[in-house]
Amino acid sequence: MSKKIGLYIYTGDGVADAVDVDKLLELATGEMGAAVAKKHDDLYSPEGFAMIKADVEAEELNAIAIAGVSIRYDYKELHIPGVYVEKTSLREMVAWSHQIPEDAEDPEKEKEHVQELAEDYIRMAITRCQKAELPEPDKMEDANEDILVIGGGVSGLTAAIEAAEAGHKVLLVEREPELGGFAAKLRKQIPLGPDYSSLMDPVVDELIGKVNANAAIEVHTGTEVARIGGVPGAFRVSLKEAGTKSEWDAPVPLTDEEKLDENGNELSADDQKKLYDEKNEGRHDYMEEDPDAKIVGAVVLASGWKPYEPAEDEFTHLAWGNPNVITNVQFEELAKEGKVKRPSDGKEVKSVAFILSPGGKDDDADFPYAGAVTSLTALKQAKYLREDQPEDGKAYVFYQHLRAVGTYEYFYKSLQDDPGIFLAKGAVTEVKPAGDGMNVTVENTILGDDVNVDVDLVVLATGMVPTTRDEAVVNLAYRQGPAFRDLDLFGGYCDSNFICFPYETRRTGIYAAGGVRRCMTIEESIEDATGATLKAIQSVVAAEEGHAVHPRTWDFDFPDFYFQRCTQCKRCTEECPFGALDDDEKGTPKPNPTRCRRCGTCMGACPERIIGFKDYNIDVVGSMIKAIEVPDDDDDKLRMVCFVCENDAYPALENCARKGLSWSPLVRIIPVRCLGSVNVSWIKDAMSSGLDGALLLGCKFGDEYQCHFVKGSELANKRMDNVAESLNSLGMEPERVRLVQVAIDEYDKVPEIINSFVDDVLEMGPNPFKGW
Amino acid sequence: MSDSILVIGGGFSGITAAVEAAEMGYDVYLVEKESYLGGRVAQLNKYFPKICPPTCGLEMNFRRIKTNPRITFYTMADVESVAGSAGDFMVSLKVRPRGTTPQCTSCKAGEAAATTEIPNEFNFGMNTRKALYLPHPMAYPHQCVLDMQNVDTSEIEAIKSAMPAGHVDPSQSEQTVSLSVGAIIVATGWKPYDPNKIDNLKFSQYENVITNMMMERLASPSGPTEGKIVRPSDNEEPKTVGFVQCAGSRDENHLGYCSYICCMATLKQITYLREQSPDIEAYVFYIDIRSPGRKYENFYKKLKDDEKVHFIKGKVADILPGSAPGSVKLVAEDTVGGGKKEQEVDMAVLATGMQPTGAETRVPGIDYDDDGFVVPKDGIIACGCAMRPIDVVSSAQSATAAALKAVQTLVRRAG
Repeated sequence: MSKKIGLYIYTGDGVADAVDVDKLLELATGEMGAAVAKKHDDLYSPEGFAMIKADVEAEELNAIAIAGVSIRYDYKELHIPGVYVEKTSLREMVAWSHQIPEDAEDPEKEKEHVQELAEDYIRMAITRCQKAELPEPDKMEDANEDILVIGGGVSGLTAAIEAAEAGHKVLLVEREPELGGFAAKLRKQIPLGPDYSSLMDPVVDELIGKVNANAAIEVHTGTEVARIGGVPGAFRVSLKEAGTKSEWDAPVPLTDEEKLDENGNELSADDQKKLYDEKNEGRHDYMEEDPDAKIVGAVVLASGWKPYEPAEDEFTHLAWGNPNVITNVQFEELAKEGKVKRPSDGKEVKSVAFILSPGGKDDDADFPYAGAVTSLTALKQAKYLREDQPEDGKAYVFYQHLRAVGTYEYFYKSLQDDPGIFLAKGAVTEVKPAGDGMNVTVENTILGDDVNVDVDLVVLATGMVPTTRDEAVVNLAYRQGPAFRDLDLFGGYCDSNFICFPYETRRTGIYAAGGVRRCMTIEESIEDATGATLKAIQSVVAAEEGHAVHPRTWDFDFPDFYFQRCTQCKRCTEECPFGALDDDEKGTPKPNPTRCRRCGTCMGACPERIIGFKDYNIDVVGSMIKAIEVPDDDDDKLRMVCFVCENDAYPALENCARKGLSWSPLVRIIPVRCLGSVNVSWIKDAMSSGLDGALLLGCKFGDEYQCHFVKGSELANKRMDNVAESLNSLGMEPERVRLVQVAIDEYDKVPEIINSFVDDVLEMGPNPFKGW
Repeated sequence: MSDSILVIGGGFSGITAAVEAAEMGYDVYLVEKESYLGGRVAQLNKYFPKICPPTCGLEMNFRRIKTNPRITFYTMADVESVAGSAGDFMVSLKVRPRGTTPQCTSCKAGEAAATTEIPNEFNFGMNTRKALYLPHPMAYPHQCVLDMQNVDTSEIEAIKSAMPAGHVDPSQSEQTVSLSVGAIIVATGWKPYDPNKIDNLKFSQYENVITNMMMERLASPSGPTEGKIVRPSDNEEPKTVGFVQCAGSRDENHLGYCSYICCMATLKQITYLREQSPDIEAYVFYIDIRSPGRKYENFYKKLKDDEKVHFIKGKVADILPGSAPGSVKLVAEDTVGGGKKEQEVDMAVLATGMQPTGAETRVPGIDYDDDGFVVPKDGIIACGCAMRPIDVVSSAQSATAAALKAVQTLVRRAG
């Protein structure tokens, strides 16, 4: 669509002092072809907005560029239907960050730099107006609003009830023959609130009753998910009898190792295909649709945990293997049956030692996969013993750190008055048979002495292993395979790695809850399942409204593929952090808009440059780069482009500006969705336009990644190798392109990062292709 | 009948509840008493255990608020009354005057014209601000506040004339807003337990005894020392820092419960010290290190490997003057060896606990327990630290859950 563009410059806050605004206006209507260009000293006022609105109507503008304050400031008055709005911040990126010091050697020259900087930002903003189109939402019609809940324990039951109470139908799938999960095996439960001094009956029975009574919830026990295909709003779920094989089991792609021959060379495509077919024999292709599949809109994964089972040779100093040394789970089973009797000889248990930390004197950590709940469970089980043996029962709880966090402290305190419960901090160094029971040695106790007690039974407070550690569970029929990716970072927990956004997963529409995410109490699991259910419902709402789910919930655009030029290189399908893309036999990608997060990683990956968004694509940004004016005869006026993550690095730069910190005026900042969306072609565009360098500022990657799209900045970094190669092949220094990780609060480091890059480029001298 | 939701409190929990509910398609009102959104986390330097900046997630949530027409928020606002019942509440708000108009672009000019230095509450009084100010550099909304209490009219006039016409409006008065909502989420959060109440720790007597929240501001690049951790008495880097755990928490005379976050916060703050210098020694006096679960336990483990970090089992009972100028001596009962343990340090950090805002400031129409935590009832849902002491991850979970409970209240009424 041809554009009629208006440019509006805010002259306040030092902008008019820093630059010749009239020259910018001339540039806009002259060279850049804007229909209107105006300035206003109070642009963000009712009068300013009225001026813009009047122009839009009178001149029939369909795009406006606002050059003024921070692009992060949002003004509802500028949301004009049918008008594309581009913002550039002359205040932060030019005036505030490039104040000319009073002692400047050549203030006129510096002023010239600043003016040219502002001119380029005007050129880039108007170019973007020319090139970008307004997104049109792709609303999913007939989206299914039902929720699949995997797992029928406390979390799954809660999710099912909560979804039903919010008006959704539910498909609840439980592997075991009965609902209830582990919570159904408890004798009693830790209190959820006052009165903290007494244990309560497990809530799970009530939850099961509610589920069974709710007509909106369809329960399948003894059932597993064979595969989930499709997309949020239309997932296709194939169920099967638990423990059986099914032709609809999700196929598993070859691992990286499997793709290599014995010499470490990559197998041919045909050989890989053959191997893949062997590996998945008897299973339908992942793209094939099960005609009997049940359709759901979103999924809550609540498959829970399984008890940590110590290996035979583990915890030998604690006499693991002796029949009188059992785990907390085994103790719970005994307690559920009635008065606790010793499994070895059926003797009524009078004394028990609960051990929370297995590391003796060397390590004060709890058992693997333990949490606050394992501390609390030991306390609860100590109470069982006292219920069973009120007269002479003795429960010893030996701990290094008793993790009765938050208000559970009250529960802990309530035990301290019981003369039959001995709570002792110390290092358990040895457990050995003694008489018909066990002898426990504890050193460095709170009492200052070593303690040595004889007990009938020893209970180890072992941890809760997430089911996702050892199996995919969700069994996705996706191009990238059946499981959530990279869970080994979290010990197998289905965790998000985002503190602010705990429900983030790498598979849109599927949200984990309960013990599969973290070691949780029943109280936490109920809450967690409620939250995950909201996220599941929300992903269907997003599909219906046609916008992305978190983090870009405001984004109604989605990537468009120009398939005629696709070479089936598979980079987009492999690199998408969210597994949004499937493919066909030939490897042509199949986009799934409702799985997509709009990060643009596919766009950044595509060597054919055929993926893009309406307002953010190869041409839009490439044209902005080409719009930068490059003097070809002035070695003092080298030009560098800087791609910055719009959520983190960009606000850091603005904060710099607010503090009056400066960076080199030779750099042109372009905010990007994520470094993952930066296509190498932009760097090539920059170099072939005669720019002298490119800097990328993005989020931290690695195990503690801060990238909101998980892999974006890391992938961008990997692509730097390619960039270096191409620069080398052109006879250019690879150091002309650099990626630096910077967090949003590291504003104080940004000037140094930019300036040292600029200095290095200046040292290298002009781009040899300048002026060609 | 109303199909909107009110969220009281614009901290991390309140923001989360508001955006999550709005993204379900419901109209949401968000009410915050301070002049900015973000609450306590806006004051934190980093989150544990990832050591990542809270402003990153806030920035993203602010964008969700800015771009979502379903969210209306009020800052500097208090709930005056709540009437009615689930599905049909009438709520009255009082909105205090901000003194600036939406035209304010936080331009620096007015700030430059202001002369009076006023203790900066955002930084716990460790530096000053002006009468026209942006509460902190990343504040949202990014509209300045005119403090009309602490300066005279001539200064206000000077500020006004330094700024473009119409940006400052000292004539604004308190406004009353009436809202009709179907459900209420209470996310009023917490405040640091007042260290002055813990007599034996003598917070007010020693300049170099600070709180953990003050430490967050000291370590923050946007804080009073631009991120340099120095002791208040002489602005020198401390060579030894003592951490006093359970300062008020797990103590029947103060907070009977465990505040959940202070152990992890101290471990995190040790990483701040270590980032600043490889030499600073840290002494942590504790009852239990409450770092439950895989992530937190691993984080604790990493710090235990640091030879200059000393963990001492024992609760600090007294703080005495040290031998060196400005130093203090921490006196603890040694729960292992018996007797007393003493450690002189250049600076001490009290790991003060979290007290629910409801302990002192109660919203009319809301029920509270003895500690001041909110007790939910039909149509009134609590989340975050207004409900129980929890960390940020758990706050986000509980706020998301609260959003669904609020939605259910409306769905149920709609039949």
